[in-house]
Amino acid sequence: MATFIRLTSRAVPLPFDDIDTDQIIPARFLRSTDKAGLGAALFSDWRYTSEGSPRAEFVLNRPESRGAGILLAGGHFGCGSSREHAPWALIDFGFRAVISTSFADIFRTNALKNGLLPVVVDAQTHRELFNLVEQDPSAELTIDLPTQALSMPSGKTVGFSIDGFSKTCLLHAMDELGYLMSHADRIKEYERRNETTPTPP
Amino acid sequence: MAQPRTLFDKVWHSHVVVQEPDCPAVLYIDLHLVHEVTSPQAFSGLRRRALKVRRPDRTLATIDHCVPTDKPDLAGADALAVRQIRQMEENAREFGISLCSLDSPRRGIVHVIGPEMGLTQPGMTIVCGDSHTATHGAFGALAFGIGTTEVEHVLATQCLLQHKPKSFEVRIEGKPGKGVTSKDIVLSLLARSGIESGVGHVFEYTGPAIRALTMEERMTICNMSIEGGARAGMIAPDETTFEYLSGKEFAPRGEAWHAALARWRALPTDEGAVYNRSITLDASLLEPMITYGTNPGMGMGIADRIPDPDALPHPAQKAGLDKALRYMNLRPGQALLGHPVDVVFIGSCTNSRLSDLRLAASLMKGRKVAPHLRVLVVPGSQKVRRQAEAEGLDGIFQEAGAEWRQAGCSMCIAMNGDALEPGEYAVSTSNRNFEGRQGKGGRTFLASPLTAAAAAVTGQITDPRTLS
Repeated sequence: MATFIRLTSRAVPLPFDDIDTDQIIPARFLRSTDKAGLGAALFSDWRYTSEGSPRAEFVLNRPESRGAGILLAGGHFGCGSSREHAPWALIDFGFRAVISTSFADIFRTNALKNGLLPVVVDAQTHRELFNLVEQDPSAELTIDLPTQALSMPSGKTVGFSIDGFSKTCLLHAMDELGYLMSHADRIKEYERRNETTPTPP
Repeated sequence: MAQPRTLFDKVWHSHVVVQEPDCPAVLYIDLHLVHEVTSPQAFSGLRRRALKVRRPDRTLATIDHCVPTDKPDLAGADALAVRQIRQMEENAREFGISLCSLDSPRRGIVHVIGPEMGLTQPGMTIVCGDSHTATHGAFGALAFGIGTTEVEHVLATQCLLQHKPKSFEVRIEGKPGKGVTSKDIVLSLLARSGIESGVGHVFEYTGPAIRALTMEERMTICNMSIEGGARAGMIAPDETTFEYLSGKEFAPRGEAWHAALARWRALPTDEGAVYNRSITLDASLLEPMITYGTNPGMGMGIADRIPDPDALPHPAQKAGLDKALRYMNLRPGQALLGHPVDVVFIGSCTNSRLSDLRLAASLMKGRKVAPHLRVLVVPGSQKVRRQAEAEGLDGIFQEAGAEWRQAGCSMCIAMNGDALEPGEYAVSTSNRNFEGRQGKGGRTFLASPLTAAAAAVTGQITDPRTLS
């Protein structure tokens, strides 16, 4: 996982609520045993025609979306399946942050564990951001994790929240598994006290 | 006197290994279920770090998402699917994990086999790289879906980092009428409270209508907790739970059974415990349900008319429903009764257990599948398949003209070749009607096994109460 400290980038608007992980990456691309290369399948059913050619009108296919690091999405982003392929595909495509009014729990967890920052903003800021990037696709937003601030070209800045543990992990590319393993003795002790539940064959 | 606690509180607190200030809890996991789709990258991670599986004895793997259901082997199966299944076999061998492999009599959908083997028990923490893990909450377990990085964490440490969710009581009063199943109860809940209300929460389903349900019916409801956005869904264990578990292969026996019963009886929510949120539904007012849109909250009584996007209060809701109706090629105000369908799918971790198949068979017995309709009946496990065959359900389905399949996830997620063609309409007993979920361009109406069976014999959306 890469560190996340500060990102200045254009944002791609996807103004639909409840974008589920089946849209982010359809299940047929989950037969991979690897994490790499999933960006090609990102939003596949919205991005390509049934013959496999890019739909010119879909926002990810527009020239101004190339190289954008921020996805500006409708509310309740990432609902549905637990597939971590969703953040893997978003990151592989080049996104480092998603802005929405809310995120589904599992998606949020998966995103944070891969260095993709979910940024929650209030409904009014959300509308303002959509107006901004729809009027000027070249507008750049800055997301500063140390100060937990999102800034617009006008200079307007809004705060966002993130739990302290996730923030530390992102800032230092800290490994959560390392934290878990540092508690090996406590885990062993817990197991000694609680060997009642059954075990499979 | 101690503070009254909810079922969720009790299970959570008894599994916290470490809770440092400003950190998520280190939560111990009693049972880790693994399948072929969300685990390969986790095993690769272990290899990279030269780690072992900490508790292979608390880990059980199966293959369900990618397996063909038209035959009992992999002959002619998709190469990528075969590779993923072979990878699961290799990972299980290398890391010493039990696997319900292709030829295992225990093989089946991960959320069907845990309960039927008696591995799923009250008070446990259970995880799987699969959002429908909430199914196991029907036993009073805290069970939830996790991502692949977390699968690696649990494999390596038997623990997860978790922030404690809030609690949400879903109380179901009253007695459902004829033809109204537990699937209709959960679809009604989603239609009423939406697909986001549960975010950050664990549902606990309570009330007389829940108490009256069988374990299989309870599993159907808990299964779809994630469709309401909830982390998990739980039902307090009671005599119904204990009776189901008694004598199951991995349930405790003898003295251990009595000790377990004493622990389990202490789990239900204490009198006076407070939930962060609550909602109440009256089951006696519910109808058989059908969805019309592209998320499970877009559902209505089977005889109702599709709502008008213009009547919705928020522009985003209007845009969402507009988009859904365009995808479904349906109109506001349209009734769905009589709408033609191309495929009926009876299966999935929501509705593929013996009682679901019995329900569908009760309606299809002596009737024929409508002309030009494809009907797939896919049992949730090979055990369910054997049980159904022992009571002749396979004969009823096949005589009617339905396909009787091997166990697997099949057309719920369309990864194994069982898929809708673009534009086709399906009545499906599965859990998600997202765009393309059952095949690119396919259109899904979610319903109960009874409503699906009614569509199977009429070729159109039909109120099952008019047939029996």
